[in-house]
Amino acid sequence: MILQVQEVSKRFGGLQALLDVNFELPEGQIMGLIGPNGAGKTTLFNVINGVYPPTQGQVIFRGEKITGLPSYEVARRGLARAHQVVRPLNDLTVRENVMVGACFGRERHSRSSAASLADQALAQVGLIDRADQFALSLNVAQKKRLEMARALAARPYLLLLDEVLAGLNPSEIAGMMETIRAIRDQGFTILMIEHIMQAVMSISDQIIVLDYGQLIAGGNPHEVANNPQVIEAYLGDPEMTARLLAD
Amino acid sequence: MNFWRQPGFWPSFLLVFLSGIVVLVMRQDTLRETAFTVLMFIGLASSLNILMGYTGYVNFGHIVFFGLGGYFGFFLLSEMGWPVYLAALGGGVLSAIIAYIIGAAVLRLRGAYFALATIGVNEAARAFVSNFEPFGGSTGMYVNFSAYDRYGGAGQALWFTFILLWLVVLAVIVVSYLVKRSRFGLGLSAIREDEDTAMVMGVNAPLDKTKAFLISAFFPGLIGTLYFFKNGNVEPDDAFRFQMSLEILVMVMLGGKGLLLGPIVGAFAYERLRGYLLTSVIFKNLHLATSGLVLLLIVLFVPGGGVGWLRERFPKLRRWLE
Repeated sequence: MILQVQEVSKRFGGLQALLDVNFELPEGQIMGLIGPNGAGKTTLFNVINGVYPPTQGQVIFRGEKITGLPSYEVARRGLARAHQVVRPLNDLTVRENVMVGACFGRERHSRSSAASLADQALAQVGLIDRADQFALSLNVAQKKRLEMARALAARPYLLLLDEVLAGLNPSEIAGMMETIRAIRDQGFTILMIEHIMQAVMSISDQIIVLDYGQLIAGGNPHEVANNPQVIEAYLGDPEMTARLLAD
Repeated sequence: MNFWRQPGFWPSFLLVFLSGIVVLVMRQDTLRETAFTVLMFIGLASSLNILMGYTGYVNFGHIVFFGLGGYFGFFLLSEMGWPVYLAALGGGVLSAIIAYIIGAAVLRLRGAYFALATIGVNEAARAFVSNFEPFGGSTGMYVNFSAYDRYGGAGQALWFTFILLWLVVLAVIVVSYLVKRSRFGLGLSAIREDEDTAMVMGVNAPLDKTKAFLISAFFPGLIGTLYFFKNGNVEPDDAFRFQMSLEILVMVMLGGKGLLLGPIVGAFAYERLRGYLLTSVIFKNLHLATSGLVLLLIVLFVPGGGVGWLRERFPKLRRWLE
């Protein structure tokens, strides 16, 4: 198991954002994390990669307890993340952005070897011809790709992708999905939050579902799609859904 | 790193190097005094740039390190009889230590809160030194004239001090460039752009910004000692001039923050401007107001400063204008 999340709870004042979350992620898989807005998906990511500590529970990464470590320590151990709201380092070039990932990620490259690693990662996500532009000048789809490249250049064991498909048009989504599959085929393990159901269903080996901070289901895509609890959490009243579909 | 192959390094280094050479060849006292001021501005502005330009933390209290380090260095050379170069080093080290202590408290703050805290630090330092008897309290200290003897009299000592300052400023340029080109420097840029993201990417932000603060504070301590030694006395109102902190900030912005050449050009330009304003009939009482106006105009219309503007206007020159 590359990642074990054990009884993780997170409370913000009166808000119970996560409650007793348990799951395990085997190496080499793509796991999809779905759930309605506000279910706690991004909070779970933040707890896993050390943006803030959980109120209770443990996060174990490659056999080591990483609960409560600051995010830069977690990054060094080989856990990289692409954010939902893209956060490029605007005044740096695209290449420099990706070099930060390579320099400070798991392998801690020197500046010169980071540059060539950055170019590799940029080629992989199809952004290499923009390498010398400032990150500010990219459009949304390109910024999402930049987020991916930055995470990849860190050569992580585990990649957390937070809605990398959101805000993309259908052809961009198809392209991004291909990129994600290619990344998995290189041996990276991926945990991804995604709202676009067809995408999640087709790409994931396993899916877990979060609702009001609790895991309500888990399993392969087929099992999850037919779980009545999931249908209710995601689509609202199942009868209403059925009626709408019948119309 | 092979310095010969760094086009971004040479314009800055040569500008400072040749300014010093010209003064040493001409051997005029007035020219030396002007050059001393300009070099001091360059050193202060460039060291501030490491924190403000590279790391993105706006420090209104940079002059604190000049004052405290200078006071301590002056104490070492005047009261303890240390040679000026060792005393200056002592001043620099003290400034760095103080930066470490202050940094532990104020570097937790970000943006405007950090900037405000640094204003408080300046006032606190002035109040402390004004009441600290070993440093002469509010009247300060005067140099023991025998301190000049070991350099062959006061006249020679001034030239010696000038050469030391010149070397210190060259060191600031070299260190600034090394930081900018290093992995550490890349981490600082990441902190400047988005500290939380930088940390998620593995940058140890608390440690790295403390290091940047230390380096940034070390040089003003050296420069302060040399400046007060040249003047022959040190007093609180001279050591902790808040307006000087502002002026250094204006220099960095004027030339271009985050660039090696920026603070150098900014210091030259500001020294000229200040000289003009202070001697002009209309502006002589308004020179700070005018500096403020200049700062406002830069922030609004040329946020990259003069060198930054050139880089944008002439992309081909970029590799020379780092």
